[in-house]
Amino acid sequence: MELTETWYLVLSALLFAIGLTGLLVRRNPLVMFMCVELMLNAVNVSFVAFSGALDDLAGQTAVFFVLVVAAAEVVVGLAIVVAVLRRSPSMTADDLASLRG
Amino acid sequence: MDVVVFLIAGAIVLGGGLGVVLSRNPVRAALSLVASFFGVAVLFVIQEAHFLAFVQVVVYGGAIVVLFLFVIMLLGVDTTEDLRLEPLAGQRFAGVIIGAMVLALTLGGLFLSGPGGEDGAVALTGQSAATAPIVEDEPDVNQLSRDLFTRNVLAFEATALLLTIATVGAVVLVRNRGAEDLVVDEPGTAAS
Repeated sequence: MELTETWYLVLSALLFAIGLTGLLVRRNPLVMFMCVELMLNAVNVSFVAFSGALDDLAGQTAVFFVLVVAAAEVVVGLAIVVAVLRRSPSMTADDLASLRG
Repeated sequence: MDVVVFLIAGAIVLGGGLGVVLSRNPVRAALSLVASFFGVAVLFVIQEAHFLAFVQVVVYGGAIVVLFLFVIMLLGVDTTEDLRLEPLAGQRFAGVIIGAMVLALTLGGLFLSGPGGEDGAVALTGQSAATAPIVEDEPDVNQLSRDLFTRNVLAFEATALLLTIATVGAVVLVRNRGAEDLVVDEPGTAAS
């Protein structure tokens, strides 16, 4: 059996769906963040698969930028979570409606 | 051989992903996330993207997950969440349905679409879509850095700015509010 990019894309779709389901179902803001990271990783897998299939390095460059932006996003997101959770440690995502201006 | 490695790594990736979603304890979710990231790194290796695999382990498996664990420990929110509790009626059902629909949409787009890949690009435009063709027998670090510092140098500089802004923003967000009075010393505000 030969390993084609379709295998990677199917795996990527499955991982993305798992991450999306987790994001919608879980209520702990930290776990929701982890699910966002899963979705980003799923897209990274498909980027590299397309890069190999099309013989184009641009896909790998895109993954590099996704990594950087994901790191920045995690820093800011966790800072917000820390700022909110320090006040009430048992807070769920629903209580973040108090961020409304 | 490649197929075997792919199947093992894919199982680790999906198992880790399910572990993140299904584990009640946030620490276990973070450790499942590490497993998933390592599986993705293996997938990068068998696709000859060695530098990205390295960065994946260092940045995702190292920095980001450590940051998650650090925040979990710092806030002491590593209490188990009762997953049977569902305060918002129907949220879980709707979430699973939406996830399944997105999965069906992506798989449908994958298997029901017309010619894809290199053939599809040539069929549509008459020429190869590659903007930065991969050179065989050259380390992918060299190729990636050349692409990064020639075609994408502006975006690269923008990411440097982004990281600086993110760092400063994080410091401002979690700064201790009590210290504000020491810094801000305007007349009229000190009394309140």
